[in-house]
Amino acid sequence: MKPVLILSGLGLLALFAEMFRFRRALYPLLLIGVAGAVASAVSYIGFDDGEMSEYIKTMISFDAFAIVASTIMLVTLLLWFVLARDFFSDENNVADHSALVLFAVVGAILLTCYKNMTMLFLGIEILSIPLYVLAGSKKTSLSSNESAFKYFLMGSFASGFLLFGITLIYGATGSFDLGEIGAAVSNKTVLPGYFFAGIVMLLVGLLFKVSIAPFHFWAPDVYDGAPTPVTALMSTVVKTAAFAAIVRLFVSPVFGGVSDFWLPILGVCTALTLVIGNVTAVVQTSVKRMLAYSSVAHAGFLLMAVASGSVMAIVNPFAVKGVLFYAAAYSAASIAAFTVLLIVGGKSGDVSIDRFNGLGKKNPLVAVVMTIALLSLAGIPPTSGFFGKYYILTAAFQGGHVWLAIIGILGSLVGVYYYFRVIIAMFFRDANEETVTATSEHQGLLFVTAVIIIVLGLLPDLLFNFCDMAMVAMQPVQ
Amino acid sequence: MNSLQVIPIDWYIILSAVLFGMGVLGVLFRRNALIILMCVELMLNAVNLLLAAFSTYLGDAKGQVFVFFIMAVAAAEVAVGLAILVTIYRNTRTTDIDFLNKLKG
Repeated sequence: MKPVLILSGLGLLALFAEMFRFRRALYPLLLIGVAGAVASAVSYIGFDDGEMSEYIKTMISFDAFAIVASTIMLVTLLLWFVLARDFFSDENNVADHSALVLFAVVGAILLTCYKNMTMLFLGIEILSIPLYVLAGSKKTSLSSNESAFKYFLMGSFASGFLLFGITLIYGATGSFDLGEIGAAVSNKTVLPGYFFAGIVMLLVGLLFKVSIAPFHFWAPDVYDGAPTPVTALMSTVVKTAAFAAIVRLFVSPVFGGVSDFWLPILGVCTALTLVIGNVTAVVQTSVKRMLAYSSVAHAGFLLMAVASGSVMAIVNPFAVKGVLFYAAAYSAASIAAFTVLLIVGGKSGDVSIDRFNGLGKKNPLVAVVMTIALLSLAGIPPTSGFFGKYYILTAAFQGGHVWLAIIGILGSLVGVYYYFRVIIAMFFRDANEETVTATSEHQGLLFVTAVIIIVLGLLPDLLFNFCDMAMVAMQPVQ
Repeated sequence: MNSLQVIPIDWYIILSAVLFGMGVLGVLFRRNALIILMCVELMLNAVNLLLAAFSTYLGDAKGQVFVFFIMAVAAAEVAVGLAILVTIYRNTRTTDIDFLNKLKG
């Protein structure tokens, strides 16, 4: 709960920066504040889920799962702030940008710790509404406008479905509280037909938000058109938060009692996402758009873990840990890849694959880190991405979804092809005369992310044991 | 028995579903951005109606409180949506969404 308070306070402070003229000092303040939020999230470790963590009883519980998920998100946010240094350099809008980002992350943290449908809805909206504005923050660029409008339209459309689902479930069970809904579901009191319609609508709303096929069509356009730092935020922190929300509903005992109803839906969506995301990524010429499609494919992998998460109301530990580990590995690799995109794109922002030609000769550090990041996204062994995929595939086999695991493996093979296209362009094509230079902050960030990716690839237990804590929160509630 | 409850709950569900469906169809098929925004509102208000009906049937005030949350959030959402629309109008001089086709692939 403390991270929420710190970030909200920091957001308000950012708004005051405009009034009291300390805009120049704002960026260092943000870094300190977010580091403080990380520290306060970590400081909750060890408290059992009792008096200490339950602030607004029945609404929010900052339990072990929330601690792990929000620590991962806040560390990513800290790295993101270094990535997005330029996004905060214009004095005219630095206050707005930072306040919007901070408020969005407050929503993201609420999504990891909600215990009530009201907080789920509010969390999603607090997360989404600032992001609509951020996606359109390049006001004169038509593609940024278009991205913002598409994001807004699909976001509010999805919220409509989510709300209709919540309402039907409320009508059937008489409660918004996850515990009471779970009790009503498992008691097998005869549930009316519209309860199941409610689950479907809720799923449609949530799957829209995390860009799962067949509801993914907005994602590539939005990711492509938005300013690159905002795209980086959307595909790391926002994706982690949305999946934390889905895990809390579908890998916990809440809807576990009726899992034979929604599991087939999730399975089909996962398979479709893995196929569509990977196949369409192959034909892209812009690396940013290619990463957008690959982020759809990664969402498919995460959903595979959710689909194998709960076998008749018994939570599969590998699924919960797998989602968290995969989200962390994917966030680290994405931060590195998007930093490289910012460096290569330069002022023009053009990141077609030709711009990467000969990067290995022009700027070896950038090229090597990009290679490490892409290898991690592809899931090649000495990187963290390999273990993310390994844990999720293990969960899928344990959950009995062998066919999903096979589609996942085939999809990753296609992934290797399009990630290697960039690597080949960087090392085996002739360079053009343009020079590529990175600022010292970006160089430092690239070094740090590369170290994170490699260390987690060699010693995955460091993070895996941390994710293990989250299981405490997933045991059945009495 | 409450006067609202003379009508069975199923009819409220059907009414809301029809209103909601009209909103969905409007979002999918209309080309004017302002009308699309109105259709999104229609979807949210269909939900509000159903929440109020359920709340009465269950004799439970939580549903009606939720309606207030939805109304507040919908207002914020529309404010942002209109602001985005204004920036688009400044650049393109139209609110027809067919002009938004720069991003493809």
